Amino acid sequence: MKILILGATSDIGIAVAKLYASKRANIILASRNSRRSIPLAKNLEIRYEIAVDLMEFDGINYQSHDDFVQQLPDDIDIALCVFGYLGDQEESMKNWKEAEKILTTNYLGAISILDQLAIYFSGKGNGSIIGISSVAGDRGRGSNYHYGSAKAGLTAYLSGLRNSLYTKGVNVITIKPGFVATKMTDHLDLPKPLTNTPEEIAQLIYKAQVNKKAVAYPFPWRLIMFIIGLIPESIFKKLNL
Amino acid sequence: MVKKVVSNWTKFPEIEADINDFLYEEEVSKTLQNNVNIIARGNGRCYGDASLGARIISTLKYDNILEFDKKNGLIHCQSGVLLSDLLSVIVPKGWFLPVTPGTKFITIGGAIASNVHGKNHHKDGAFSNFVSSITMLKPNSEIETFSKESNPELWDFTCGGMGLTGIILSAQIRLKKIESSYIKFRSIKARNLDEIFKLFEENEAYTYSMAWIDCLQTGKNIGRSILMLGEHANQQSLKRSKDILNPKDKSLFKLPFNFPTWVLNSFSLSAFNFAYYHKQRSKVVNRTVHYDGFFYPLDSILEWNKMYGRKGFLQYQFVIPLEKSIEGLREILERIGKSKFGSFLGVLKLMGKEDNSISFPIKGYTLALDFPIKNGLFEFLDELDEIVLKHGGRLYLSKDARMKKETFWASYHSAENLRKYLSSSDPKNKISSLQSKRLKIH
Repeated sequence: MKILILGATSDIGIAVAKLYASKRANIILASRNSRRSIPLAKNLEIRYEIAVDLMEFDGINYQSHDDFVQQLPDDIDIALCVFGYLGDQEESMKNWKEAEKILTTNYLGAISILDQLAIYFSGKGNGSIIGISSVAGDRGRGSNYHYGSAKAGLTAYLSGLRNSLYTKGVNVITIKPGFVATKMTDHLDLPKPLTNTPEEIAQLIYKAQVNKKAVAYPFPWRLIMFIIGLIPESIFKKLNL
Repeated sequence: MVKKVVSNWTKFPEIEADINDFLYEEEVSKTLQNNVNIIARGNGRCYGDASLGARIISTLKYDNILEFDKKNGLIHCQSGVLLSDLLSVIVPKGWFLPVTPGTKFITIGGAIASNVHGKNHHKDGAFSNFVSSITMLKPNSEIETFSKESNPELWDFTCGGMGLTGIILSAQIRLKKIESSYIKFRSIKARNLDEIFKLFEENEAYTYSMAWIDCLQTGKNIGRSILMLGEHANQQSLKRSKDILNPKDKSLFKLPFNFPTWVLNSFSLSAFNFAYYHKQRSKVVNRTVHYDGFFYPLDSILEWNKMYGRKGFLQYQFVIPLEKSIEGLREILERIGKSKFGSFLGVLKLMGKEDNSISFPIKGYTLALDFPIKNGLFEFLDELDEIVLKHGGRLYLSKDARMKKETFWASYHSAENLRKYLSSSDPKNKISSLQSKRLKIH
């Protein structure tokens, strides 16, 4: 088994790498500054006696994505797209640069590389593509709607991609975390019972991949989003969410 | 940043602090540059306030093993790696920790900062003897890799210096070769203090030794105890030949300490100590046991600290120089016997020579005791401090949450050198802990 992790320096990327390494999968850690992943790569090789490779990958440098996929070895079974950028909603209202960064990283960058990976896996006729979307994409909220809209787009894209690749033998999985305790959310006061650790999200990803799931939420977010979905817009707009 | 409630293993003291963790060197550098009064913290297994402060840097996520030379037994790892983790990697390859304290749930950074000792201190010394180099983020934001030879002063105040010289980022450790994960274990009962001292001295050749001591005995039974000795079992001495390098305990016989916490709660202390002593019927018992039960009997009761309840407990560990040991210990045990502060755990050990200027061990006997926190305990421990000082002993900083600064300054002869060193290496007070402030070290 070999897994490609795009966004390997993120907390979830690291947790997934550790989990798959413990299952004796070989790993490719790809990130914008892959040198940062050297300690993790050595660590996983020593602990689990697997092979770990490093690759440079920049989510928002779309032009490079074609080349990147060309350089991939032909034995990858799983590709996980975990890079993202939460950004600052207030800042993105004032400053288009911030809004653009949120949209390009979470939406355009993801779609650009997923398009290429779809071709790669279609050619192979098997494998899994896993995208990390977010519950923020299920319904736009006042506190992060640039981010939410990008994730909504990604969710729709993954759904379509799943439909399209089904006949090619490729499984596409949408992971929708709620709150996750990571560097990205370190400054926020998250409600503890609703906050998952990166390790829990890694477990969710692993189970979804093994069981060939389509969409996976961590507990209890499926229920929460179902309820949030029922709230009429006339009321929802008045809530401070 | 959201403040979090944090305390170490004894639940005392409990404070609110900012906690930063880090995955990459540049993150911790930035935290150091932008703050003062920070202190590194590993797995929070020290028994006091040494790793508590206004801003805590948690090393737990900085936990990569960077190199492992399986042939020569050298390992290089980041400071947040737990000893338990390390064991699971090195034992199957025939290597062991050269020095280990009574829990495997501590980090490499913590092991160096406390300069931990183990059951082999009388033979091998403390952890620092097996550290070939340390990489540290210093208060001036420089990152330095140093050894005992390349920077003796920094080395001296880092090993046992309770994290005050800088943030330990990684270290290289020399491991110990083993043929199996089993220990040839021998236990001997001693009726009193004279007998246990004699047994310790007779058995100094053993690599591992320590004793459980019943602290509730008085009069001629004072010091009633069980001496535990051990050697790594070699291949030929084992009945089995398969699976002899396993970090998991697969043996049928385990050391008799695996009862659940509710049992411990309902036992009165004296009943427990009585049972423990009389469980061993014969004077001497020989067994082959897995290292896990031998070195880490309490780790199997994962949260044994909770049996002391919400108020928490204090651990009191002191060492008294050899020539005064028996006199001092007798006085302290008598005082405990007469007091209302029963101690459930008493661990006695003969230590080897002093390791470096700020580390705890000195040649002599050390005793570690647990006391649940209740009214009058702090005053009582102040009285014990006086006895320790009177006999030229000192207290272990990793177990300390309450000693008076006068006690520290009277017992650690390098206190002034450490203070001077820190005031020049860290003039802006980048690094400090509740303990360093309480003891007026920095």
